[in-house]
Amino acid sequence: MAVVTFMSHDGEQHEAPLEEGSSLMQVATNNAIPGIDADCGGEAACGTCHVIVDPAWADKVGRSGPEEEEMLSMNPERQPTSRLSCQVKVCESWDGLTVQLPEFQM
Amino acid sequence: MSSARAVVVGASHAGVQLVTSLRQEGWSGDIVLVGDESVLPYQRPPLSKAYLSGKCSLTELAIRSEGFYLKQGIERVDASVEEVDRSARQVLLSTGDRLSYDALALCTGARPRRLRTPGAELEGVHYLRRSSDVERIREDAIPGRNAVIVGGGYVGLETAASLRALGLDVTVLEAADRVLERVTAPEVSAFFTRIHQEEGVDVRTNASVEALVGDHRIREVVLAGGESVRADLVIIGIGIEPNTELAEAAGLVVDDGILIDAQARTSDPTIVAAGDCTSQDIPRYGRRIRLESVPSAVEQAKVAAATICGKDKEVAALPWFWSDQYDLKLQIAGLNTGYDDIVVSGGPTRDRDFTCYYLRKGEPIAADCVNRPRDFMASKRMLTQGTAVDMAALTAEVAV
Repeated sequence: MAVVTFMSHDGEQHEAPLEEGSSLMQVATNNAIPGIDADCGGEAACGTCHVIVDPAWADKVGRSGPEEEEMLSMNPERQPTSRLSCQVKVCESWDGLTVQLPEFQM
Repeated sequence: MSSARAVVVGASHAGVQLVTSLRQEGWSGDIVLVGDESVLPYQRPPLSKAYLSGKCSLTELAIRSEGFYLKQGIERVDASVEEVDRSARQVLLSTGDRLSYDALALCTGARPRRLRTPGAELEGVHYLRRSSDVERIREDAIPGRNAVIVGGGYVGLETAASLRALGLDVTVLEAADRVLERVTAPEVSAFFTRIHQEEGVDVRTNASVEALVGDHRIREVVLAGGESVRADLVIIGIGIEPNTELAEAAGLVVDDGILIDAQARTSDPTIVAAGDCTSQDIPRYGRRIRLESVPSAVEQAKVAAATICGKDKEVAALPWFWSDQYDLKLQIAGLNTGYDDIVVSGGPTRDRDFTCYYLRKGEPIAADCVNRPRDFMASKRMLTQGTAVDMAALTAEVAV
């Protein structure tokens, strides 16, 4: 089964199966991944599902859209490959994807 | 020996977060989540928005998938809780079963405040809190019909926007002299009134409902002045009341909501509570508050789970809220209670985006941001960190 790894700020790793069509946020919440709060449930309204995509995967996963950009731009932990995981629809072909979690969700 | 059992009453945002956080905090015993809606626990905020306007299914609104509960070993029980027996450490379910607990969490939520006028029981008169409520409204929401919404709060205005999208004629009746009177500045109320009028909604303020009239089904709404408004369906959105009866009957302290401390403990330290059913002293605001919001429910639930697991966390996050109406995304950082001044950035009288900052004694305490996610995130950060801000500079930057 295709798997994504969520890496916490202090290096802890959590794996979760990639379910085609789900958002990366749903993959995280459905697998009790700590560090993804997802307060608003996936409406890009809260910014609490921030992840930093492994740069090697950035093109495959895609870059943030304008709405996400607005939410991310004020975030001090923002990186060039930052995404709101609720806005990322996952593919089963992404086996081995790694994303980093920020220290704080704001 | 059987393992320890945590029972969570209420399959709400708070309840689902609580069971999640229990596992994340290392609770290895049984977890039972008791809920009285037989569907998979779902997100409530979209009910008046995407779900009412038919843009998503209830399955898509599930907070966690079915698989989550299986994988995490969380048992879902479809029942309501009739009684908490604190001395026996048991809850009595509506099914007649008794469930023993080692840890108990109350996430009983809230219910819509009822309109106490004649005719409120007529067919076609709705409240909006549960998915089943919305399903009934949708059956009634036939294009071209007249919908009357009682209450110009967030739920009322969101419902108005969704029903307009479905092609209904919509009237909003607000008893106060402006919509959102309890929660925003007059400038923000004026903005939402203008937008709804531009979208074709008949917004009437100072409009108190005297009676709902019809034979079996609602036909018209009669106002205090004697005027009447034709109605094929009515949706009442005049606030919510916390479900505190269970806690009260168990002898827990209730003050507007189930009173909890910074660790989410009720007056019985072995019982925690979280979500819309609670009230709490919030140091940031120096008073006791019952917050009605998902982020607050989630925050309290995380703390409650940590408390059950013997860890020390405190509820500290800044309250925040959001609302979607038409193409508008309103994001609110902080509570504006007690503000003595506002600073508006942008043109709320003509545009569809602006920010209203609320100040008290020169210090920013809250911000209403419409289609301005950047302002929202900046405000959330500034208010969380309590950093001093030059308001003139903040608005000047935007005015360029």
